[in-house]
Amino acid sequence: MLEIKGLTAEIDGKEILKGIDLTIPQGEVHAVMGPNGAGKSTLSYVLSGREGYEVTGGTATFNGVDILAMEPEERAAAGIFLAFQYPVELPGVGNANFLRTALNSLRRARGEAELDAVQFLKQARAAVKKLAMSEDMLKRNVNVGFSGGEKKRNEILQMTMLAPKLALLDETDSGLDIDALRIVAEGVNASRGPDFSALVITHYQRLLDYIVPDHVHVLADGRIIRSGGPELAKELEAQGYAGIIGEAAEAA
Amino acid sequence: MQAVTQQVAGEALKGFLARYDGLRARLPGNADVRDAAAAVLRERGFPTPKDEPWHFTNLRPITGLDFQEPIGDTQAGADLLSLLPKVEGPRLIFIDGRYRADLSVLPEGLEVRSFAGTGLFGALTKPERDRVVALNTMLTEDGIIIDVPAGFDAGFLMLAQLTSGKHRRVASHPRHRISLGADARLVLLEVSAGIGEYLNNPVIEIAIAEGAHLTHGRLQQDAKDAFHLGTIYADTAANAVYDCFSLALGAKLGRTEIHARLGGEQAAVHLNAAQIMGGNQVSDFTTAISHDAPNCPSRQTVKSVLTGKARAVFQGRIEVARIAQKTDGYQMNQALLLSPDAEINSKPELEIYADDVKCSHGATVGALDPEQLFYLRSRGIPADQARMILVRAFLTDAFEAVAHEGLRDVFEHAVEEWWATTGKDAEAPSA
Repeated sequence: MLEIKGLTAEIDGKEILKGIDLTIPQGEVHAVMGPNGAGKSTLSYVLSGREGYEVTGGTATFNGVDILAMEPEERAAAGIFLAFQYPVELPGVGNANFLRTALNSLRRARGEAELDAVQFLKQARAAVKKLAMSEDMLKRNVNVGFSGGEKKRNEILQMTMLAPKLALLDETDSGLDIDALRIVAEGVNASRGPDFSALVITHYQRLLDYIVPDHVHVLADGRIIRSGGPELAKELEAQGYAGIIGEAAEAA
Repeated sequence: MQAVTQQVAGEALKGFLARYDGLRARLPGNADVRDAAAAVLRERGFPTPKDEPWHFTNLRPITGLDFQEPIGDTQAGADLLSLLPKVEGPRLIFIDGRYRADLSVLPEGLEVRSFAGTGLFGALTKPERDRVVALNTMLTEDGIIIDVPAGFDAGFLMLAQLTSGKHRRVASHPRHRISLGADARLVLLEVSAGIGEYLNNPVIEIAIAEGAHLTHGRLQQDAKDAFHLGTIYADTAANAVYDCFSLALGAKLGRTEIHARLGGEQAAVHLNAAQIMGGNQVSDFTTAISHDAPNCPSRQTVKSVLTGKARAVFQGRIEVARIAQKTDGYQMNQALLLSPDAEINSKPELEIYADDVKCSHGATVGALDPEQLFYLRSRGIPADQARMILVRAFLTDAFEAVAHEGLRDVFEHAVEEWWATTGKDAEAPSA
């Protein structure tokens, strides 16, 4: 279970998160929607430990453990995975090698036996097949020369292989055509289960047609201003963010 | 001239000249050649930063020291051999500049002679210009002389120059000559390593006949208190290939200087290098490529990885003679600085007298990319391992230039060892 209480954070002295309260129980998929500049990506970076974001108040725990004090690799070992909005290119680093190094780092951190090359390739090939990716992607350098859709699918491949307990999907739908969107969504849905939670960050309701969330939260100006069921996403689509933000302001 | 002589005549030079005076009658080879080299040093001393080719690398840490004659420490043999990379095959072992038949494994089908036995100086060196080579010429005692017969594939051979400065500060000056007959092939791994404080000053003369191919890997892993001044002269005939990769990891102060000449049509020269340094190390890779024939390519990719207060130099000179039309020269210098105090000095020099040539050069300097680092760490890869992955990725295309798999393995293993012992600790983990 992810529990965020009163979380405030800033970049370069500018406050971006202004008090986030959010709980994602184990096994649930929550969506965070909001306009540009609301703090959606900042929330995912703060939770995954990216440098440059200063937490100024509040707490974030995962299964009772404070994650804000952890290094990024420790958070990964605890089961947290960030699917990047802009996956990073690593020239000179082979995708298969990268995946195997990551998987074995996690296994080592958890006291599990490392996979040898044969065991790993078997798993990787199965995952690639499931995501309708070409095996060629394992041989290429990480994200180098990948199309936008290939990069996002590569994120989902990593998620599938690393089997996190909590996935943070940061605008995974951006830049995807409808076919790629469906494949990515199927990858996420295949991971769903009692031991998998996800925080799906998106600007558009479209992705939520494919990944149906248990709850939807609206983030605006660093605060969650409304929460509800999947129908809230439809309402947003109809009214636009301005309507919801206006309502929330009136209510306050 | 007088003033310069006084300024550079430090302890080292006095000692070397005195040693030459004492040994002169007993040293092998033509005494006139040695006398001429001694005269150059006596008159002009060691190079200083006022000499343009030494502008970035000051020899003062060496010239102020007093070097002794090696005592031929037979006990040190086993310790020194453990420093060699773990590769099978024939090996020629030098300790303190002297050939050790008892520790060597001779290559099959190849005649190996010693400089001590033959005294044969080659004709490619220029001691009157290159004063570090003059020192070698004056004092060298031994080296190997190999002539690969025409059409013969000699396979792999390791040449190891080990020095023990454990008991006293010594200097060794091995002097090698390698020639390949027409269409011959050889893969040479030249290793320098040692213990304690010493100067390793090897010179290699290489002649590659028509259609022959020499792959030359250099692994400089000299001790952290040692000095390395290595000079290579390579001459290629038509359709010949000199493919050299030089990896420098060791020594307090090191310089590899290569003079390569393309002397026949369609000859090719590759002078690639990696310099991986930490602490207060200084590493200099200086090359001069002479295009003296038409239609010849030359390639250089030099990568430096620097931590601490390390400094690296790459000076690459390309001379294209009037006759050398259709020359295709490429030179790239890339540095990865892992600390704010590390420094790279780069000096490309093109001197072109032909009018139909293609010569390009470029340089990049950067630090590790924090985005890439975070991406790796977010996947669970610990920070030091993530940094190593990025350093290795930076070196990848340099190592890809090493076509011989056995050599590439030696280089990659040496870099990983460096990271595990030096590189990893040299940089504080990011907060």
